[in-house]
Amino acid sequence: MGLGTETRQRIARRAALEIKNGMTVNLGIGIPTLVADYISTDLHIMLHTENGILGMGGSPLAGHEDGNLSNAGGYPVTIQPGASYFDSATAFGIIRKGLLDVTILGALEVSERGDIANWIVPGKRVPGMGGAIDLAQKAKKVIILMNHTDKNGNPKIVKNCSLPLTVKEGANMIITEKAVFQCENGKLYLREIMNPYTVEDVIQTTGASIVIDEQVSVFQ
Amino acid sequence: MVQSVNKQISLESASNYFFNGMSLMVGGFGGVGAPPSLVNLILEKGIQDIFLISNDTGFPWIGPGKLITEKRVKKLIASHIGSNPEAGKQMQEGSLEVEFVPQGTLAEKIRAGGMGLGGILVDVGLGTVVEAKKEKIFVDKKEYMIETALTADVSIVYAKKADLYGNLIYDKSARNTNPLVATAGQITIAEVEEIVPVGSLDPEEIITPGVFVDYIIQSKGVDWKWVWELKQDKESQEGQHSK
Repeated sequence: MGLGTETRQRIARRAALEIKNGMTVNLGIGIPTLVADYISTDLHIMLHTENGILGMGGSPLAGHEDGNLSNAGGYPVTIQPGASYFDSATAFGIIRKGLLDVTILGALEVSERGDIANWIVPGKRVPGMGGAIDLAQKAKKVIILMNHTDKNGNPKIVKNCSLPLTVKEGANMIITEKAVFQCENGKLYLREIMNPYTVEDVIQTTGASIVIDEQVSVFQ
Repeated sequence: MVQSVNKQISLESASNYFFNGMSLMVGGFGGVGAPPSLVNLILEKGIQDIFLISNDTGFPWIGPGKLITEKRVKKLIASHIGSNPEAGKQMQEGSLEVEFVPQGTLAEKIRAGGMGLGGILVDVGLGTVVEAKKEKIFVDKKEYMIETALTADVSIVYAKKADLYGNLIYDKSARNTNPLVATAGQITIAEVEEIVPVGSLDPEEIITPGVFVDYIIQSKGVDWKWVWELKQDKESQEGQHSK
């Protein structure tokens, strides 16, 4: 089932806390795009896009859109002071060289080791990987934002991904409407639960082994 | 008197360089920076069986997406077709052969083709389906795939400004794959918003040296509505209905 606006906003608000001053960040399409709204304006962040902008700003005011200035999804954006434009080879050179501190992506499945599947459901939805493999494999920190379960209620955090992988052991953090996990050394650590869910809810709806080695805090 | 090179041709005569079965590289990302007049010309001239190389397939009515919608493409190399359901449909039906390449790798394969290289060494996609059938090599004990270079019979690009020699300057994020695609065609045709005399561009500003460009044509401008414009139209209509 799709998530309500408020839930999506909360996931985005939580993800924004991972973004620190001076970071270079790429936000994927969907909930990840919403994260930009929650990054403190006190921070100096350079937002990167695959189509060739470093220093992307927010949406322009209605009537001020420029057809030649857009994000990777094709929607109009603005730029921040210090921004630069470059071709796609450079855009991906920035990614491949490991210059992105954080990338925030959606996913279809994530395994307990941090394997990510997010670009293909064979025979059903075959959109192509776009820049997902480059981003998931090369960003210093990969944060996955997604529903905790699929539309049939099946866990999306699983022991082993059943879908073709985007990257092996690529995820560092998973944020869902129910919980925040850290992926480290091949293990999945429960760090926070989202109010009003309980640790039991999370364990029941997660298809992977969860390690709880410290106090699990509650994110409001 | 010094003779000057003039690469400007009419839009109509650009059609001399298009042919059935050609490999065609198209600049642009999500349709932004795709050359609208040249895409329309290919449609009007009835060119078929195109082997299209493009970052993506735009939207059904935007950029190279139009070529897919009109069933002119038989084979496609792209990183993403998600915004063009028609491409997905034709792929499922088997009428469109699609090879997916990770976006950054695709850009570099095109760049390699344009720069006269045989290929590149890439580790993006190791451990995934991307590595199927790829030759591997170890450099300094690190594993890479050999990705071969891409070139095309014809490259078409969009630029903001050109001089008559074909030096190109792009516009903001409409630059994207255009400087790469411009170098990788056997013949490169640039559709340009503004054409100026040789000598009037600052050499420091030129992104694509004119030596890579064979012909330039005057653009008639974008003739499609962007997704966000359609969304606004829809919202304003819905707003009116609710009044």
